[in-house]
Amino acid sequence: MIGIEHYLVVGAILFVLGVLGIFLNRKNVIVILMAVELILLAVNLNLVAFSAFLNDLTGQVFAMLVLTVAAAEAAIGLAILVIYFRTRGSIAVDDINRMKG
Amino acid sequence: MIQAIAFYFFATIVVASAVMVVMARNPVHSVLWLILAFFNAAGLMVLLGAEFIAMLLVIVYVGAVAVLFLFVVMMLDIDFAAMRAGFSRNAPLGLLIAAVLLAELLLAVGAYNAGGLTLGTAAGDAVQAADTSNIEALGALLYGRYIILFEIAGIILLVAMIGAIVLTFQPPKPGARARQDVGKQIRRRPEDATVMKNPEIGQGIEL
Repeated sequence: MIGIEHYLVVGAILFVLGVLGIFLNRKNVIVILMAVELILLAVNLNLVAFSAFLNDLTGQVFAMLVLTVAAAEAAIGLAILVIYFRTRGSIAVDDINRMKG
Repeated sequence: MIQAIAFYFFATIVVASAVMVVMARNPVHSVLWLILAFFNAAGLMVLLGAEFIAMLLVIVYVGAVAVLFLFVVMMLDIDFAAMRAGFSRNAPLGLLIAAVLLAELLLAVGAYNAGGLTLGTAAGDAVQAADTSNIEALGALLYGRYIILFEIAGIILLVAMIGAIVLTFQPPKPGARARQDVGKQIRRRPEDATVMKNPEIGQGIEL
């Protein structure tokens, strides 16, 4: 039978894949943002799994708030990316440490 | 039995498409794999009986966030081949960190399975009643006890929206396009704008 640990393992693997994506694609900000979305998806999966298995809906409310923050973060991150590309003509992360004013 | 098959089906596709998000050469393909991952994660959540969160995931991610990513990926003219330059150089470090994190998380799950510690049970005041649907129960909770959190979520979205607009808004360049100045139009008087002449016939007129 499928227990909570199955869901936790899937969440763990997703989280680790997200972290791996951040390290593997260190130059590509867009893929880094997608990896962050994967990490937040893993968090959501864990929250919903615990909510279902403990029969307590609070976890699903929190999952909704995580979803809200993830959407806001994606919008702001991509907006910053667009203006950065507009001024510099590249989105290489290595250059972003030279962001002076 | 059917639950186990569905779970392993969804879980396999989620993990496989997450791998492809990270590994894909083309960011457009990454976004498409991300959509598949979110879709199947929504399937996992439906399996748990959390259909509202599942539908929210499909609507918000597939409908909004993934499209936003696609727009940005296609709008920016980037040499993605150069972007991949550090891929193999960063691979050992990334794989090491990933292995350590995965080992830790699996250790935690294994310890939880062994039953070494007791997990507190839910307080019981947010239990979904047997005769209500998931959406109904969640709505009662969200508009009741967690109304403040709900409002704060709305404020967060408003701030994010205004922030994104302010960040990406480009004021039109002066001279790029004629702009209407209503005050200037209203201040304009006939005696400033026109001049009366009464030239002799055949003389012509100099302005």
